[in-house]
Amino acid sequence: MSQVANKGLSASGGRFRRPRTWRNAVESVIPRILLICAFLSVITTFAILLTLLFETASFFEEVSIIEFVTGTEWTALFSGDQQKFGVLPLVAGTLLVTAGAAIVAMPIGLASAIYLSEYAPDRVRRVLKPVLEVLAGIPTIVYGFFALTFVTPLLKKWIPNLDTFNALSASIVVGIMIIPLIASLSEDAMMAVPRSIRHAAYALGATKLEVALRVVVPAALSGIVSSFVLALSRAIGETMIVTIAAGSTPVLTFNMLESIQTMTAYMVQAATGDIAYGSIQYKSLYAVGMTLFLFTLAMNLLAQYIARSFKEDY
Amino acid sequence: MSTEEIAVKEVPKSERERGKSGEASGRIRFRRWKNRLAHGVFLMATLVGVVVLALLLADIIRKGWSWIDADFFNRFASRIPERAGIKAALWGSLWLISITAPLTFLFGVATAIYLEEYAQKGRLSRFIQLNISNLAGVPSIVYGILGLTLFVRWLAFGQSVLAGALTLTLLVLPIVIVAAQEAIAAVPQSLRQASYAMGATRWQTIQKVVLPYAFPGILTGTILALSRAIGETAPLIMVGAVTFIAFTPGSAFDGFTALPIQIWNWTSQPKAEFHELAAAAIIVLLAVLLSMNALAIYLRNKFQRKV
Repeated sequence: MSQVANKGLSASGGRFRRPRTWRNAVESVIPRILLICAFLSVITTFAILLTLLFETASFFEEVSIIEFVTGTEWTALFSGDQQKFGVLPLVAGTLLVTAGAAIVAMPIGLASAIYLSEYAPDRVRRVLKPVLEVLAGIPTIVYGFFALTFVTPLLKKWIPNLDTFNALSASIVVGIMIIPLIASLSEDAMMAVPRSIRHAAYALGATKLEVALRVVVPAALSGIVSSFVLALSRAIGETMIVTIAAGSTPVLTFNMLESIQTMTAYMVQAATGDIAYGSIQYKSLYAVGMTLFLFTLAMNLLAQYIARSFKEDY
Repeated sequence: MSTEEIAVKEVPKSERERGKSGEASGRIRFRRWKNRLAHGVFLMATLVGVVVLALLLADIIRKGWSWIDADFFNRFASRIPERAGIKAALWGSLWLISITAPLTFLFGVATAIYLEEYAQKGRLSRFIQLNISNLAGVPSIVYGILGLTLFVRWLAFGQSVLAGALTLTLLVLPIVIVAAQEAIAAVPQSLRQASYAMGATRWQTIQKVVLPYAFPGILTGTILALSRAIGETAPLIMVGAVTFIAFTPGSAFDGFTALPIQIWNWTSQPKAEFHELAAAAIIVLLAVLLSMNALAIYLRNKFQRKV
């Protein structure tokens, strides 16, 4: 090794010049190979955009974009004249489930984060955090099974007129699925608040609750809000729970007890039915996929924006 | 205002004085009581997760346990519940993972090395970084659409193991990249400088110093990402994983089914026996995932070095 270094030095008469050795060739080639690998993620993004745009464009050659955006009936899998492509019922179904999930997950997730970051003794936190991690690692298909075969029968005992497939149990279980996400991201944000600020509040005689709610939460607010937005984006894109538990009835309703259909559930239904390649139904898959992609992209960008621009500097 | 009321208003002052002398006043007692109440409420909220996890596991084990025996692993899917098993699904999942694992590891680590060790903190690296964090938030079903279009149609791999594995690779790549980046960034700068001081080149430093040090972290991240890939259902449905399949894939170009797909298929059957089969398959899936998580935690603890 030292030999090469010496050679390098002796070759540099005045200015340092790299001699042409195998090692220096490796040194200059490797960053380029690595850069190409790094570009795979950029290529993936463009591939997603291009595939979606391509088929969506050809979908809108056959269906007017105004009908798609404002129509209140979605009967894409019907035949012939009865096909209607108004995406609103699917969007409404998605937002209904997302809203329900938010009501379940936001308070519980935030309360868990406050507990873990402010109250929990070290020993308790070392037990609870891995449990939350396990909860986060459970596949959504398992949550879907749980929603259909456990939560729905349980809810039916209290709400007799609940449909077998309904938005309520899907919402609850999607909410449970996103609790760990909110809890861990919010906890990270709250842990980042410096101890000195807490100590200052304690010195003024504040209780733990007052420190948590009036000092730590406001200081970590940007991180907390961005964890909410991210979690909602996850809920919008969630597929298997809603496919299994919420049903496949695209209706424009705000009734949690009915069967509905979300954008993702329609995509699964369309992909598993036998629709012909290149048909209008096939293209509708992409139009709905594009809508879903735009929703989640907007929310992810919003979350990043909030986390970045409202971040407190200590 | 009468003099009496004024007198009442002055009470807090004397209370404050009493508080000073060690006795808690009513207001302070109320604030402490509120704090204890909130403590309880926050603890209960945190326990919701624990309770749900316990309920979920208990429910699934109760429903599926009796179906698990040696034959369950050795039979293919069937219309008759008593004859149904998960052989095709298990082998399909194995195939998927054995293609996905090396690809995600290779591309994930390469990207992370580039971003952490080579990239100038300029526009290009910011752009790549932004891309990666956005990709991490793209719903998995959209990756399914990408896989369907790119691998199944354009590259004409058909509804094969390869198409499914490549789709899963793209899906979990951002997770591996971020984990590897964290692991590499955690390598102390002093180690790199020591290596340079010995006359090592940049790549030698990365190869001999940075990567070995960061390896446990990278491995942990990769295992966690793969456990995510094993549980994914939606993208595989999109690329057309077939459900009733009575063979194990012989090559990467064969059709396949996977554990989550088999679970989904049984869950969507109305018969209760199929739900129990689904529960049994879930037990197998969760056993695989939990042991992968345990392995990741074990590796992290074993190799955690202190400098």
